[in-house]
Amino acid sequence: MSVEHSTTSNLVEIRDVYYSVGGRDIFQGLTLDVPRGKITAIMGPSGTGKTTLLRLITGQIRPSRGQVWVDGQDVSRLSRPALYALRQRIGMLFQNGALLTDLSVFENVAFPVREHTKLPEALIRHLVLTKLQAVGLRGAHGLMPHELSGGMARRVALARAMVRDPDLLIYDEPFAGLDPISMGVILRLLRNVNDALGMTSIVVSHDVDEIALVADISYILSAGKVVASGAPKALKEDQSPLVRQFMNGLPDGPVPFHYPAADYYSDLLD
Amino acid sequence: MQSSRATEVVTGAFVLFGFAALFFLVTQITNKELGIGSNDGYTLVANFENVGSLKVGAPVSMSGVTVGRVESISYDQDLYKAVVRIRINSKFNRIPNDSDASIMTAGLLGGQYIGVTAGGADQFFKDGGQFVIVQDALVLENLINKLAAGFAGNKTDSTGD
Amino acid sequence: MYNTFKQMLLDAVAGFGAVALFLLRIFGQLPSALLRPRLIASQIHNAGALSLVIIMICGLFVGMVLGLQGYDMLERFGSESALGSAAALALVKELGPVVAALLFAGRAGTALASEIGLMRATDQLVAMEIMAVDPFRYVVAPRFIGGVVALPLLTMIFIAIGIFGVQLIGVQQLGVDQGTFWSQMRGSVEVEDVMQGLIKGCVFGVACSLIAVYEGYTAAPTAEGVGRATTRTVVNSAVITLILDYMITAVML
Repeated sequence: MSVEHSTTSNLVEIRDVYYSVGGRDIFQGLTLDVPRGKITAIMGPSGTGKTTLLRLITGQIRPSRGQVWVDGQDVSRLSRPALYALRQRIGMLFQNGALLTDLSVFENVAFPVREHTKLPEALIRHLVLTKLQAVGLRGAHGLMPHELSGGMARRVALARAMVRDPDLLIYDEPFAGLDPISMGVILRLLRNVNDALGMTSIVVSHDVDEIALVADISYILSAGKVVASGAPKALKEDQSPLVRQFMNGLPDGPVPFHYPAADYYSDLLD
Repeated sequence: MQSSRATEVVTGAFVLFGFAALFFLVTQITNKELGIGSNDGYTLVANFENVGSLKVGAPVSMSGVTVGRVESISYDQDLYKAVVRIRINSKFNRIPNDSDASIMTAGLLGGQYIGVTAGGADQFFKDGGQFVIVQDALVLENLINKLAAGFAGNKTDSTGD
Repeated sequence: MYNTFKQMLLDAVAGFGAVALFLLRIFGQLPSALLRPRLIASQIHNAGALSLVIIMICGLFVGMVLGLQGYDMLERFGSESALGSAAALALVKELGPVVAALLFAGRAGTALASEIGLMRATDQLVAMEIMAVDPFRYVVAPRFIGGVVALPLLTMIFIAIGIFGVQLIGVQQLGVDQGTFWSQMRGSVEVEDVMQGLIKGCVFGVACSLIAVYEGYTAAPTAEGVGRATTRTVVNSAVITLILDYMITAVML
């Protein structure tokens, strides 16, 4: 089996991936595509392994079966140096920002540049301030991470994720726990960054309405498989019970309201 | 920038302080007048039948003053003798070359050292010089044997007279 | 019963293996870490300079206690003149390295473990990996080097201050003759004794720093996990320090 793969219009291709941890099966034959230049949303109820999928794509874990192709390379077969080389073309926005606490905002955004290039200081400054300007925080470049609000920290993290103009930008729950204004800012940034810089974006989220505004394609995961895919609008119309439950936020349905338990009455009578 | 400068100053002060403490300990609380490994001084050799429990680093003294240390102890298979190399401080450069070296014991239970007694020659030891007159370490068993033999010899002598 | 014992033994062996592999990974990143003197300097500052005050205070009081107890004990044999050599040897060979290492584990080791554990809990370590920066190069190795450099220096400072404390009580207060005190000390302490203390400081520095960065790095990414990591750092450092102390003493005596 070679590591080569025909370069297609898809930047990421997940093929028949199986993964389990601690005896619990997370993925059972997962297959999905992330087209170049588009925003792809991964949705699904909690505990369906959305974050695990991101870890597979970035090569932090390896599937027990199947392949994860990123730009024609099977991530699960890459050596450490090759993986690090690939990761230099990936940016990732973490849920809480994951800014380095002992560095200022400026140094945080400059960090990937300093680590991987030998650019002159003036150029680094130009690069960092441009990206901070794009997220509207150029004025905050001297602050330390603990002085930022949650929304600001996430915008700084976004500036850091895109400072080296990656091919792929991954967002892990970018809307979780944000106030409506910050949410709007992130939404607009997401769309602008993707279109202006010609990147490919993967967004993991369960905020159905926000995703509908920005995503080109959505996948809904459940029980380790893709249960539905397509444009968000089409998914809204989908009639399968699980998709309807998820898209409309119904408390009970294929995803049961109750955790599996013994019979209610016999439990009470005990 | 200011805080990083302050950090550097404090770190530098800490490291210097640590080395100052090490320097203080080595020079002030130890008896380090003849540094191990210092090339100061010259080497003399003495061959002994028996060195007893003499150790490398043991003092070499003249009239009770330490003038050097034992540098190495080895065994010569041709001479069937122990070869002891001694490092003498260069300050003591007028030791007559007919001086004798003997292995002595400091106190009843103390360690052994080499005592050098000055001879009367006008030539002095140079680097690599060898002691001609040596006295071995006392081994208790040998001592008792000698004493016993001495008594026996005295007896025969007296009857012969 | 037999099975739980077997399990415990296996766990212990696996634990040593994991720590050894961890150390190898640090060694792999040492060259590139050494190219960042600023990063290492700031870690020497964290591990060493910030522990200086506690080391100096404890050194002084350990020395003063040694002065009191040593004098009391030696006086019973009428040999209080040996106070200088007895206290200095005890400090240089045993008390200095061991107490400094225990204090280091409590002050710097816990700080290291909780700092790295917090970086784990807030995804900073994963973020570095995604940015293709090995956290061993940027986080673990510099902190390890900082600790390894700091502890021997702290040990020497502890011993020096401790001897000052002995002298303060023995000479200034209890009236041992100043000259006798120092000459007795100089007569019995060899450079090798100081070197033995220094070697112990270096070995304990490697052990305590390794335990701290290992526990922090492998901490569960939760508040509880970070707390557990700091506790384990102190406990394991203390146990390993005392075991190593016995082994080094047995070999070098």
